[in-house]
Formats: sequence, C-alpha cells, structure tokens
Amino acid sequence: MADFLLWAWLGGLMIAAITGPLGSFMVWRRMAYFGDTLAHAALLGVALGLLLQVNIGLAVALVCLLLAILLSTLMHKRIIATDTLLGILSHTSLSLGLISLSLFDHQSIDLMGFLFGDLLAIGQQDLWWIALSCSLVFVVLIRIWRPLLAITVNEELAQVEGINVAWMRTLLMLLVAVVIAVAMKVVGVLLITSLLIIPAAAARRLSNSPEQMAVLASLLGMLAVSGGLALSWFYDTPAGPSVVVIASALFFILFSFPRTSKDA
Amino acid sequence: MSTTLLTATNLGVKRGDRWLIKDVNIALKEGEITTVIGPNGAGKSTLVRSLLKLIKTSSGEISATKGLRIGYMPQKLKLEDTLPLTVARFLDLGRHKKHQLSPDLWHRLVHECRAEKLLERPMQRLSGGETQRILLLRALLRKPHLLVLDEPVQGVDVTGQVALYNLIGQVRDILGCGILMVSHDLHLVMAATDQVICLNQHICCSGHPEQVSQDPAFTDLFGPQGAGNLALYNHQHNHHHTSHGEIIDGQHHEGCDHG
Repeated sequence: MADFLLWAWLGGLMIAAITGPLGSFMVWRRMAYFGDTLAHAALLGVALGLLLQVNIGLAVALVCLLLAILLSTLMHKRIIATDTLLGILSHTSLSLGLISLSLFDHQSIDLMGFLFGDLLAIGQQDLWWIALSCSLVFVVLIRIWRPLLAITVNEELAQVEGINVAWMRTLLMLLVAVVIAVAMKVVGVLLITSLLIIPAAAARRLSNSPEQMAVLASLLGMLAVSGGLALSWFYDTPAGPSVVVIASALFFILFSFPRTSKDA
Repeated sequence: MSTTLLTATNLGVKRGDRWLIKDVNIALKEGEITTVIGPNGAGKSTLVRSLLKLIKTSSGEISATKGLRIGYMPQKLKLEDTLPLTVARFLDLGRHKKHQLSPDLWHRLVHECRAEKLLERPMQRLSGGETQRILLLRALLRKPHLLVLDEPVQGVDVTGQVALYNLIGQVRDILGCGILMVSHDLHLVMAATDQVICLNQHICCSGHPEQVSQDPAFTDLFGPQGAGNLALYNHQHNHHHTSHGEIIDGQHHEGCDHG
C-alpha cells in the first residue's frame, strides 16, 4: 500500500474516533447548525493563517473559538432568533473567507482542498498534529464527560447541583473548534459537520446509553473513512465527499431496519 | 427551634422596567413545608429561580447557611429523543460524591416513589406522573437540606396529585429537610403545608394555611370560588379578579397593592 494512502487512512481514523463522542454531544445538544457556522468560519481562519504566516490549524481553531464565544454572547442577548443569527453569521463568515482567500495568489491556494477536504494530502507531519490534537480533545472529553452529560440533560438542574454550566459550555465549544481545525483536512469546511453529525445520528439507533452511542459513532465514522477512502482509491472519486456519502449510507441502512432496541 | 436554611430580604427581580417580583421576604426552615401560591404570571417561578441563583436579582439579598445542599425539581424536563438515557443513568448523574443516601434510605425512597420498575426504562418513555416522581427522586439523591419543587404536580392527574403531595410530605418526615414548593393549585396544597405565601408580584399575605385562607388579601387574589372552597369566611369584595388574578373592576383592597 502506498505510504500516502496509509497516512490518509490513519489520520482519517483518528479524526473519526474523536468526532464520534463530540458529534454525539452536538446531536444531543442540537448544535448541528452551530457547528456548521463554526466550520464555515474556518475558511476565514485559513486566510488569517496564510496572511500572518502562522500554523493554519492554529489560526482556524482560534477563529472558530472566537466566533463561538461571539455566538454564545449574541445568543444569550437574544437579539434575533438563534437559527436566523446562525444563518447570517454562517454565510457571512464563509463569504468573508472566500473573499480573503481570493486576495492571495491563486496558484498557491488549493481552495477546493479547503472546502471539501484533501485527505490524500495528509503527510507524516500532519499525522503527528492530528494525533496530538485528537488525544488532547479525548483526554479533556473524558475528564468532563459527566458534568457535560449533566448539563446536556438539563442545564438548570446541573447548575443547582453545583456544575459550572457556562464553563462547561465554553469547554465544549473549544473542543469543537479544535476538532474542526483538524477535521478540515479530511472533509473540508463545507462537510465537517456531516462527519460530526451523521455517524452519531446513525449510532443512535443501536444505543441504549450515551457512552454506547459515542463509541458506536466513532466506529461508524471509522468505517465511513475507510469506505470513503476505498471508494476514492478504486473509483477515483473525491475522498472527502466519498467519506460523507458512505456515512450517510450507513445511517440510512441502520434506520431502514425495524427497531430492535426498546428505545431507539 | 428549627434552624433557618435560607432567607431572602427585599428580593426583587426587574426585567426591562417591569418588576417581576418585588420586596419579597422569605425564610425557609428545616423540616418545614413552605408553599408559594399565586395566579399565573405572579412571579412564582421567578422567585424560586432567583432563590436558586439561576437568574440575576435586581435588589435584595439572599443568604443561605454554609454548605447548604439544595435538591431541585424543575417544572418539567425536556429531553432530546436522540439522547439514550435510562432512568437509572439519569438518577446517577445527580449523585454527589460525598453526600449520598444510605442504601436503606435509597431503597426506601425508590419504593416510596414507586420507581423500582422504572429504573431500566428510557427517560423519554415515562409518563408525566412517572417523570415527576423520578425528578423528585433525583432531587433527593444528594440528601438535601432544602428541597425546592417548582409545580411538582404538573401534568399529573388528580389522583396522582394527591399521591404526590402525600409523597412530598413523607419525604419531609424521612429526610427532615425544608421544602419550598410552588403551586397554583390551592386545595391540595393547603393540607400539607406549614407556611403559605401568596404571591402576586409582591407578597399579598403569608402565614399558616388557616390563617391565610381567612385573609381578605387571599380571597382577593383567588376570587370567591377559589378561596371559598377553603374557607367559609365570607368576605365582602370591593374588586374582582379574573381567573388569572388580574383585577377587573373596583378599587384596590387596602393593604394589597397589585401591580
């Protein structure tokens, strides 16, 4: 097997492993649209990274985090309905990102790669970054799992029980920002949310506990990455979209079966 | 004398230029059931939520005894269908590392709440009454000094309501905790209560149930039918309330300044 294929596969697997539990939280907390908005802003991060000549992943994570904080402040102030606000910011940041990227020399920028991912371009160096970020997110997630679950069930109850709800929310957004910065490599800014949401949604059908759903989502995501990569390798399809299509196929297959578990 | 767990003095919550509640004084004691009653929109939930520090207050002070553990039962629980969560797991999330019920007490409370058969069920598959009982059980898990129940019988049928109020009374006897309860139902609550507070933005009257039911301000607040079932006391009205507690005609009763 070619080296680059192995790197792509390993990188994809690691990212799928971490998007499983994080994506589950996004499904439980109805953050799909929120994630989309952050992901679109990632393009602005790319432009910023290129402009300031800093690590692009770092710039993306930073821009996503800033936007996340801005978003939660605006939502809290209830200026306008949340989905309208997200709709405005999502496409504004995408457009701003596209405009700023257009200012750079066209030859040096792989716009399609940023938008739809360039899994096969993952190198050994990238792999270390992915491994580092994913383990960091994993460790934090494990540590705050219980309080995070508690605020997901009911924020007021959690607060009365002594959990710092605002801090937990911020931490979750921080984790999402980091994962977006990393997952951009695989599926690109336009498709990131699908990698977070689809495997988790598919896993719901088979799960009876939050942990089960998180682990299953990881496994399904890994399956989707492997399948998408195979599709891309044998039929020369674009890798990112192939991963998403396989994930969706898994979702529809699982949901077409009659309910077996008592609560799915 | 039982100890005072939590006191609020001159508590006020203002949103925009409207006071949701104003000048509320309240003292919650160990082993005592305090019920806040009042019409819709009287600020009952606002009062509870400000005492729990879930919302910002605009004036006044709240002081609690050191290390006060509060068990809270929210008005309703909305759970996403996408979250697979059994009742047992939901209860476990409320467990406190240090302060736990003894196994005996736990089994007793599970039994009292008739939760044995519910534990393995998904939360989303509970009926209204079952959900309320599980919420109550979760509030009890931390062995609270103070139990705060926001409309505990909501969505429960009448026989279930009586049972739930009895259960709350039993819980008080078992744990010896203080209880603050919100209700807009007059009849069922009164029997199980030590202290009643009638709220309509401000405290209209408060005290022992019998005492309060004789208070003109109470009759004013709930109208002749509402109050009449509780007290035989005949009161001459100079103004009337709609079922929502708004005054529809007449002058203000002295001592009870609405709005």
